[in-house]
Amino acid sequence: MGTLTCAGVGKVWGVGTDREVVALEDIDLEVRHGEFVVVIGPSGCGKSTLLKLLAGLETPTAGSLLHNGRPITGPDVNRSLIFQQPSLYPWLSARDNVAFGLKLQGMGRGERKRQAEEFLRLVGLRNFAGKHPHELSGGMQQRVAIARALCVGADVLLMDEPFAALDVQTRYQMQSFLLDIWQGSGRTVVFVTHHIDEAVYLADRVIVLTARPGRVLDSMPIDMARPRSVIGEEFDRYRAHFVGRLREEVARAFQEQELVEMLDTRIK
Amino acid sequence: MIGRLEANAAAPVVVAAPDGRRGRAVWPRVRATAQAAVWWVLSIGLVVAAWEAAAALGLINAIILPPPHEFIGEIRNQAQFLMPAVGVERTGANFVALTAIAASVQRVLVGLFLAFVAGVLTGTLAFYFEIVRKLTLPMVTLLAPIAPVAWIPLAIVAFGIGDWSAIFVVFVGIYFTLTLATVKAMTNVEPVYLDAARVLGASRVQVMAHVVLPATIPALFDLVRMNLFGAWMGVLAAEMVGVNTGLGAIVMVGRQMMNMNLTFLGMAMIGLVGYLLDAAFGQVQRRVLWWRRATAL
Repeated sequence: MGTLTCAGVGKVWGVGTDREVVALEDIDLEVRHGEFVVVIGPSGCGKSTLLKLLAGLETPTAGSLLHNGRPITGPDVNRSLIFQQPSLYPWLSARDNVAFGLKLQGMGRGERKRQAEEFLRLVGLRNFAGKHPHELSGGMQQRVAIARALCVGADVLLMDEPFAALDVQTRYQMQSFLLDIWQGSGRTVVFVTHHIDEAVYLADRVIVLTARPGRVLDSMPIDMARPRSVIGEEFDRYRAHFVGRLREEVARAFQEQELVEMLDTRIK
Repeated sequence: MIGRLEANAAAPVVVAAPDGRRGRAVWPRVRATAQAAVWWVLSIGLVVAAWEAAAALGLINAIILPPPHEFIGEIRNQAQFLMPAVGVERTGANFVALTAIAASVQRVLVGLFLAFVAGVLTGTLAFYFEIVRKLTLPMVTLLAPIAPVAWIPLAIVAFGIGDWSAIFVVFVGIYFTLTLATVKAMTNVEPVYLDAARVLGASRVQVMAHVVLPATIPALFDLVRMNLFGAWMGVLAAEMVGVNTGLGAIVMVGRQMMNMNLTFLGMAMIGLVGYLLDAAFGQVQRRVLWWRRATAL
């Protein structure tokens, strides 16, 4: 399965205090099974918050979120979140990191090891099974993180700017790699980024959020056959469309930021 | 990127020996150790040489400040280690001073071990159960600054003269600090580690056991190691003041008998054994916490 629904979702941080911040407002969203949806928007628009809500790490202050038609009440092994910063456990090898979810489920060591190595092979790191995170590059670490999410059988992959910390070349490789994995596994992916090119390259559908408080500004399907070419008129048209949409929002985000900072200094 | 850089740093360096042959990977480490050893010898040698010279030239009173060759020679007069006041029994070994060293080292290790287990346990419970935290932390925070030496009278009254007073002094020196440090370290575990576990389906207990504990143990080891010298001093103070056996006692006997040779010998042994303990601890850390090789231990 792997469908997601957001109905009127809102999130307010610091409810009842004097630092109330409306992160998200009235988000309506449908993600179909096997779809690759990318969410973009200016900084601070609540993209990460949305993912955290979908993962079940936070609860909404308004509206409801459904996974396969059932309400999301907490973190679940079927919705895996891949973080921007390194999240592998440094005291475990790559293999043990990937097997971590299985260990939590009580699977035996031999079987765990076998499955973990299978997924490491899938992400092209079979020979690095015994290595530890500090011996792996950033791109490899993210691949292990992806293997870890896939290994527990999540049908939804939530990815929070997973390639942000990588250099450009690695990022391109990781994008192709991710598409391969996605096409091979048939999982649903919700991917957050602020790179328009990345969004157009990867997505079946791109959702644009406004500056804070985040609302859905636009939801546009990308009608290009894969593998997509980053060079060409079609790509340029999509890019131009989103650049236009975002420019206003980014300016507004900046202004809002300045306003918030000004208020902060006045209050202090 | 960082991983790649560090992988290069860890790769064996191949050095060409002067005659053109290529050395093995172990050569640079041997050379580094040898260089360090040379500096050690120089540093200690300078002090020894100056001391001997001053004594030979009559610049210092050789009775109050006996030069090294004299007080090290004192080790031959082992009979005095057996005196009842010192309370050391002769074992089968010929070298009786070893018994004193063994006694002190044993006490410090037992005390540290007990304090580590108890401190981590208390800290874990305080972290996991809020009511435990609220009840115990204020008391612990109040007791933590009390120097180990101040506990000696209580220790002697409670445990009498013997091993357990010294162990107790070591124990209280570290236990309270370690409890507080455990709670603090657990509170400061990277949120992303906790979130990653939760998203993989971990229960609260599983997060504790599989993420929080492994993530905090290295920091706690560091703390124990930093407190090692404090614990060592605590043991010695306890031995000097009331426990009457061990290295601290030797120094005291020297003072009581006005035998400065014995006093300096005791000090030299204390310094040497203390250093060896710390080095051994560092080795253990490196083996057990090998994943921190990337950040220097």
